[in-house]
Amino acid sequence: MTRDTILEVRNLSTTFARAGRALPAVRDVSFTLGRGEVLGLVGESGSGKSVTLRSILGLSRHYGTVTGEVRWKGRDIASLSERALRSVRGREIAMIFQEPMSSLNPLLTVGMQLTEVLKAHTDLGRSERRRRAIEMLDHVGIPSAAARLDDYPHQFSGGMRQRVMIAIALAARPQLLLADEPTTALDVTIQAQILDLILGLAREYEMGVILVTHDLGVVAQTCDRVAVMYAGRIVEEAPVAPLLSDPRHPYTMGLMRSVPEGVAPRTALYSVPGTPPALDALPQGCAFAPRCPSASAQCTATDPALNRLAPGRSAACHHPVSLAKGDAA
Amino acid sequence: MSAPVLEIRDLHLAFPLGRSFADLIARRPGRAVRALNGIDLDLRRGETLGIVGESGCGKSTLARAVVRLYRPTAGTVSFGGEDIFAAHTRRDRTYNRRVQMMFQDPYSSLNPRMTCGQILTEALSVHRMRPAAEIPARVAELLDLVRLPQDAAEKLPHEFSGGQRQRIAIARALAVEPEVLIADELVSALDVSVQAQVVNLLLELQERLGLTILFVAHDLRLVRHVSNRVAVIYLGRIVEIGDSESLFSAPTHPYSQALLSAAPSLDPADRGRGARLQGELPSPLNIPPGCPFHLRCPRATDICRTARPDLRPIAGRGEVACHHADEIALNG
Repeated sequence: MTRDTILEVRNLSTTFARAGRALPAVRDVSFTLGRGEVLGLVGESGSGKSVTLRSILGLSRHYGTVTGEVRWKGRDIASLSERALRSVRGREIAMIFQEPMSSLNPLLTVGMQLTEVLKAHTDLGRSERRRRAIEMLDHVGIPSAAARLDDYPHQFSGGMRQRVMIAIALAARPQLLLADEPTTALDVTIQAQILDLILGLAREYEMGVILVTHDLGVVAQTCDRVAVMYAGRIVEEAPVAPLLSDPRHPYTMGLMRSVPEGVAPRTALYSVPGTPPALDALPQGCAFAPRCPSASAQCTATDPALNRLAPGRSAACHHPVSLAKGDAA
Repeated sequence: MSAPVLEIRDLHLAFPLGRSFADLIARRPGRAVRALNGIDLDLRRGETLGIVGESGCGKSTLARAVVRLYRPTAGTVSFGGEDIFAAHTRRDRTYNRRVQMMFQDPYSSLNPRMTCGQILTEALSVHRMRPAAEIPARVAELLDLVRLPQDAAEKLPHEFSGGQRQRIAIARALAVEPEVLIADELVSALDVSVQAQVVNLLLELQERLGLTILFVAHDLRLVRHVSNRVAVIYLGRIVEIGDSESLFSAPTHPYSQALLSAAPSLDPADRGRGARLQGELPSPLNIPPGCPFHLRCPRATDICRTARPDLRPIAGRGEVACHHADEIALNG
């Protein structure tokens, strides 16, 4: 599976300041994404996955300090001006969010919001834009698309609104879609439909997707590769099947084990002891050490680098575990 | 299993919509959101009954009706043989004490200006659980029960994490020594690892205090884990109810089958398996005639379009409301 790399994120860090204290939300994150590849970004609330996504598109630099490189088709878009970024956002890289109601304009019809994108990013004429808008709505599975073009967002159900968002995001045929928990607010039945839709479109347009989610089931069913984040860092990265069957970082293992599956009903579930550290009080060394069952003196002294363990697999841990070796039994 | 604690019989609940002026002139009847359409359910002492369904199916409405936050349009809910909506029981607070509700969002269900200690004290004094002098000791005991540190009593809700806030909600519910807990999406807003902690706590407390729990949630894996029995609701009606493990391993109603297969499996090898449910939940303003599920059902036949199936026991399965249930149970 060799794909040309379309996105390369190098040493990305985003720090916010609150009441004079620095909050490092994303710390030295590096990864690449191939054409048509679906990368999952997994972690618990506050692990920095959404901020990473926003930093790629230059959305968090207004609130915080972003350092590092975001190489998109050979150029560093992290250093582009707002004006120059505008030709990338929406045209080459699009983003969808968790709550479509707060990212759609409630005062404009969905038709206007769709054609607005086409007007900004394509040379289509007015009637062609309208035709393309209908085509997009139809494509994302909205029944009687032509009639619904003049409807407002509140006239759609939650699942349909998310489809509208996807139609808007994909109207200009971007090569990369950043999806921030796109199905978290939806029912499982609708979630399955929306994920099928995103994957189908990604395949059709050879579009790369970075999917932020906290649901390991969603990851298993959609992603090619996964990066697990904890306290702002990527702690493990691997292709989806080996990551789920043989996690190497103790945190990934803990996440997997707290999912109620394959556990006798009504028995205690495993839970990672403790709570994630506050960003302004990160412990010395590995941020996971205070909660880690295999932490040693080395772990509380130095933060482990994201080391390659096998082709395509890496983990930021001094003592990587392995189910294959029977470590977790 | 023992006798039912709560008996719900043919419960209907409709929220009337405002009639527009045009409707009045045209003498069109007022419309209503029909949230519950004839729920029959027994909650047995000591069990955990899971309620699952898509959003808008009426599962939260049911939970709220049971704690008398909503008044049903028809039907009865009896607790210990007494109708909870009858006039004399409405006046007494005993029912409120014995059946306690916990909500999804502890931000909006805990008063932001009261400390955790005050919240618990209020619950204890409203229901006169302890003489004033013994309250501080009982507060300490409750914090201990839900494993919150003792200094938590002095803190305001915003100073806690989401998981801790849910523990406060649990402590408040337990303060009044209830028999039944109604948990409406109790852990849905929490991360998996925190979710596991709260669920463990709930299971342990249930064991220790002999609680009966109505567990409403949309996370099917979690419901399977905590429940003894599960009811699947579609458009305000139970379409299937049965023992949790057998229902999850072999669902009978086509809707249960579709709902359960939509939950993403943890095994990447399962990709693309399972029939996708087409379409969305019809509006509870316009419930389809016949079987309410026939519009989305892959097995729908003529009878489904005209006659509404009743919930009936199926050999080897639980109770199912489907015309084709026998056939499905037989042939899979």
